[in-house]
Amino acid sequence: MTEEIIISGFGGQGVLSMGKILAYAGIMEDKQVSWMPAYGPEQRGGTANVTVIVSDDMISSPIVSHYDTAIVLNQPSLEKFEPQVKPGGTIIYDGHSIIQPPKRDDIYIYRIDAMEEAARTGNSKVFNMLVLGGFLKVRPIATVEDVVRGLHKALPERHHKLIPMNEEAIRRGMKIIRKMN
Amino acid sequence: MDNKEKDFVLLKGNEVIAKAAIRYGYDGFFGYPITPQSEVLETLAADKPWETTGMVVLQAESELASINMLYGAGCTGKLVFTSSSSPGVALMQEGISYMSACEIPGVIVSVGRGGPGLGTIQPGQADYHQAVYGGGNGDYRTIVLAPNSVQEMGDCMGKAAKLTFKWRVPVIVLSDGMIGQMMEKVELPPFTPRRTEEEIGQQCPWATNGIGLKHRKYNFMSSLEFDPQTMEDRNQKMADKYRQIEAEEVDYELYKVNEDTEYLIVAYGISSRVSMKAVDLLCEAGVKIGMLRPKTLWPFPNKAISQLSERIKSILCVEQCEGQMINDVRLATEGQATVYHSGRSGGMVSSPTDVVEDFKRMARENLSKNWPKGYWMK
Repeated sequence: MTEEIIISGFGGQGVLSMGKILAYAGIMEDKQVSWMPAYGPEQRGGTANVTVIVSDDMISSPIVSHYDTAIVLNQPSLEKFEPQVKPGGTIIYDGHSIIQPPKRDDIYIYRIDAMEEAARTGNSKVFNMLVLGGFLKVRPIATVEDVVRGLHKALPERHHKLIPMNEEAIRRGMKIIRKMN
Repeated sequence: MDNKEKDFVLLKGNEVIAKAAIRYGYDGFFGYPITPQSEVLETLAADKPWETTGMVVLQAESELASINMLYGAGCTGKLVFTSSSSPGVALMQEGISYMSACEIPGVIVSVGRGGPGLGTIQPGQADYHQAVYGGGNGDYRTIVLAPNSVQEMGDCMGKAAKLTFKWRVPVIVLSDGMIGQMMEKVELPPFTPRRTEEEIGQQCPWATNGIGLKHRKYNFMSSLEFDPQTMEDRNQKMADKYRQIEAEEVDYELYKVNEDTEYLIVAYGISSRVSMKAVDLLCEAGVKIGMLRPKTLWPFPNKAISQLSERIKSILCVEQCEGQMINDVRLATEGQATVYHSGRSGGMVSSPTDVVEDFKRMARENLSKNWPKGYWMK
């Protein structure tokens, strides 16, 4: 099993940390992982993306030109990465951030209204965990338990009290993701 | 042992440089922040090794100061390192030449970005000449290690520590922004205690640290020599040492190279990772191709490349610059195989499919006479 994922959106949406938590969950599943950010002078509001590869085998290139899954959280990201999804692959997009949804018919398209859900519950910080939950629902490469164990490893102890809230958001994300084609 | 029980952590290449240095018993770090390697200093500052192992961490006022602090600390027999990126390492060249002249150990981590000039902050491999041939003056060489994974970033800190004292030459760990910035699963080395003053006294009788002065003469370090004959003698002694390093310290890795291999990719650092996938794709399509990855750029694996080029058709040298290592590869082939360049520059990085496309172009050019149609395509 090898899953090549691009997560892309605005800086500040938690794109990089979502990738990191996913990579940690991969480690908990005893898999090989790589996390390659597009680093630069990006700040909140700029663009941010990260390539995460989770695999049973050794990972050769951390850079790939086609992805199994693209998680796109703003319109420019969708336009950039929709053509780079492998046929039979998956796109997950946030309903609030994407005005023109993906059009390809040879891939699976999922919509998650995570921005709305986060606003509704008054906790915008769990936006990325809602999306992560949606992803794990459609591409179950790790269990919620792995993610929670990964969070314990990834976060400093003083933040461990926030883990239950994140776990809840992941489970909520699994419920609100919808297939669009 | 089950991997889940092992202490695997997810870290950036730069973070591993810092954490591994603490664990390998380094005595000091002197550096100045620059993207894409600032996490080295940041991680050292966060981990506070001065409270645990006693390692000194100092943010110098510039790269010039860093390298000269390295020079000074190295003179005392301490294990010290600095790290920087392309324009910063350019500023350090004078210091590296002086350290070489005095045969001072020290480790310089160079996390390459796009150049020339201030260039970009995105990954680059255009500092091959800078590291391997040096930008300082005089007849000197530095051992250059080229890690291609986050794990190897850490391993190279241990290897560099050994080599720099074994040979008394500065060792450069040449990495790139991508290996520095990406995260992978890493197993950190166990803690090695820093050497005691007594150990340094025994192991480094050349050091200017005042240890054992009752039993020996004063040591004196200077790169300045007024007598040309003495200077030549020093150079010849160093040259003999360099020949010995070339004979003993070459390190490289072969990937999918066997008796039937017809084509070879030569690549180091991030390019070797990208090329590994390109080799996989081409092998799947039936092409008999393999890769040679130099793990030491100096000394360069000349013999291995020479022997392979006797029987292969052509070589693709993949590097993220407009062609620097390609000259060494060409020399190593001794004219027995044609060498082609593949790679991007200025902060852009090839994807595996870019390398595959370049291979096809090379194969067309090289074998336009008898290339079977659709050979590389399924």
